Amino acid sequence: MLVIKNLHAEINGKKILKGLNLEVKPGEIHAIMGPNGSGKSTLSAVLAGKEDFIVTEGEIFYQGRNLFDLNVEERAKEGIFLSFQYPVEIPGVSMINFMKTAVNEQRKYRSLPPMSSGEFLKYMREMKDLVELKSDLANRSVNEGFSGGEKKRNEIFQMAMLKPKLAILDETDSGLDIDALRIVANGVNKVKTKENSVIVITHYQRLLEYIVPDFVHILYDGKIVKSAGKELAFELEEKGYNWIKDEIGD
Amino acid sequence: MDIKKTFEKYIDIFEKNFSNVKQHESSSLYKIRTEAYEKFKKHGMPDHNDENYKYAGISEICSQDYEFSLDSRGAIVDLNEYFQCEIKDLDTHIALLSNGEYYSNNKPIENIGEGVIICGLNMAINKYPEIIKEYYNQNAREYDDSFSELNTMFAKDGLFIYVPENTKIDKTIQLVNLIHGFGNKNIFKRNLIIVRKNSELSLVICDHTLNNSNNFVIDVTESVVLENAKFCYHNLQKEPNKTGVINSHFVKLNKYSKFDSYILSFHGGIIRNNLFVKMIGEFAESNLFGLNLTDREQRIDNYTLIEHDVPNCSSNELYKGILDEQAKGSFMGRIIVKPNAQKTLAYQTNRNICLTPEAKMRTKPQLEIYADDVKCSHGATVGQLDETALFYLKQRGINEKEAKLMLMFAFANDILLKINIVPLRERIAELIDSRLRGEFSACEHCLMNCNSR
Ligand SMILES: Nc1ncnc2c1ncn2[C@@H]1O[C@H](COP(=O)(O)OP(=O)(O)OP(=O)(O)O)[C@@H](O)[C@H]1O
Ligand SMILES: [Mg+2]
Repeated sequence: MLVIKNLHAEINGKKILKGLNLEVKPGEIHAIMGPNGSGKSTLSAVLAGKEDFIVTEGEIFYQGRNLFDLNVEERAKEGIFLSFQYPVEIPGVSMINFMKTAVNEQRKYRSLPPMSSGEFLKYMREMKDLVELKSDLANRSVNEGFSGGEKKRNEIFQMAMLKPKLAILDETDSGLDIDALRIVANGVNKVKTKENSVIVITHYQRLLEYIVPDFVHILYDGKIVKSAGKELAFELEEKGYNWIKDEIGD
Repeated sequence: MDIKKTFEKYIDIFEKNFSNVKQHESSSLYKIRTEAYEKFKKHGMPDHNDENYKYAGISEICSQDYEFSLDSRGAIVDLNEYFQCEIKDLDTHIALLSNGEYYSNNKPIENIGEGVIICGLNMAINKYPEIIKEYYNQNAREYDDSFSELNTMFAKDGLFIYVPENTKIDKTIQLVNLIHGFGNKNIFKRNLIIVRKNSELSLVICDHTLNNSNNFVIDVTESVVLENAKFCYHNLQKEPNKTGVINSHFVKLNKYSKFDSYILSFHGGIIRNNLFVKMIGEFAESNLFGLNLTDREQRIDNYTLIEHDVPNCSSNELYKGILDEQAKGSFMGRIIVKPNAQKTLAYQTNRNICLTPEAKMRTKPQLEIYADDVKCSHGATVGQLDETALFYLKQRGINEKEAKLMLMFAFANDILLKINIVPLRERIAELIDSRLRGEFSACEHCLMNCNSR
């Protein structure tokens, strides 16, 4: 599904990713953990195609294709979905119009006919129920005035609507209350199939109790310095990141 | 041609054709026009040295010569048939102006209320000299505005609306300005609107140019809104690329009156809108909205002057613009709060998006506040589309062009939501959408949903 080899990326001349390797196979769930500023969101932005980040070295293959040949919207249509750490407020663009445009653009890409308004509203209602999104949120402008938790839930709602092949969840759990965390995690699990993959970026082990990862990686100073099974998350929760420094001799 | 020659031409035309009282409808009009001529002669045509018209592209407009017609131009075709403008589901009374003249075959607008008068200004001058005497050129003459003086010198016709006391006109009045025929025309239009105590009026003005000429249009509208009356004014502008428009609206607001203005400029030309609002009665309210959508070499300037002469009035101003390609524009918003105008509320916002580095927008708020117990604010921005929002939309699979359209439409949406007449709002939403998509020229000459041949 996704192969990242020796990825180097920088922004405004500042080197952030410094030789990152990662392989995600279809159906796998990978968790990425790491201290603040280590480059987790940078990785997700590079995967989504944000132009501000300049890739200076390395390769990324997605479904066998060179990811850099695809622009942002093509990557999205090919099934890459980013749940933003900081979802953007877009006053004046209604959720309905936004999602309808997105769903139908993606359908067009797959040579499917556009959904009629009736079909679309029905589909939207189903997905809304799946992530227990409050109805009035869907009638508002995109993220405008949403609470932190509502924004995160809205990201997962969009994921449910778009059914991506590779979902990157950048700290989707932060800002969620305990019930919301469970609901959001359940939403992710319901949308998940045997074929599609998820990269979960998180600081806390709790989310991983619900979305159980096959692998946990530690991203430290622009590189993945350690990978293991889900037990690594417990270890981090207990010990923090200092021992990693010692282990890698930083 | 240039500014100086254009000026001399107007002086010459006036001296040759308007110097004798017999050449006028009445001696009072002779007096009014002569006074305007004397002021215009003194003030001259504004050029780039004129603070108010510095950037208005006057020299560009004056680089061409325009045919000045002394006689009625008439209309050879039946305009009622030629023009069938319908805003879907919006039932309006339509009045047509043909090259500035009240069209002789207009269907009479009658039975909409006792004492309501809707007719050509020229007819009103003859039939209702008392009303004309009381209101005509009363607002406009208080300002030393050269173009309004020029209009006063030459204008003969336009729309006249008189709404007597306690009369609510349910149907919107739609004034359609048709410009047609060959040649580059100089057109002077003059509207006079009087809404008396406790009455209500809603007016939509649409400009349609049915030829491919470059015209120079000098418009003046004077509106008087009396005690506790409401007047809602919409002006939809779409002009061919080279047409010059100087459009001035003088509004006087009496106590407890309410005035809403929407100036929606979809296409220029070189358009200059002046809006002068004078609040002379306490608890008057004015809401002024503007939206400019321009591209190519178009230029749209808005100048507003709001005078709070008395206490307890509120004014609210929101102008927005999206400029593409090499479009230029400016917004000058003057607000004057007189020393005794305590408890004034005055808010002004001007926001603009320049889509290219070549598009240029100037914005200049000017608040002159001489009272201390007031709430006033202003804000102005010129920026680009929000890149993070654009990325967010594209990340969901929406292509760049569509994502930009969504953001532009969202930007314009603020103004759209302020339009209270729902069918009009919906129609304007479609217009904005098609304008932003660049499909506008599909219906070259028509702003609204018309079926013109
Ligand atoms: N536009 C920018 N200009 C300069 N530095 C930047 C810019 N964007 C990000 N950075 C820097 O890149 C580094 C990595 O940021 P990134 O957001 O990827 O971290 P993160 O691992 O997601 O952190 P967190 O856990 O706090 O979300 C940080 O030091 C950050 O300050
Ligand atoms: Mg981050």
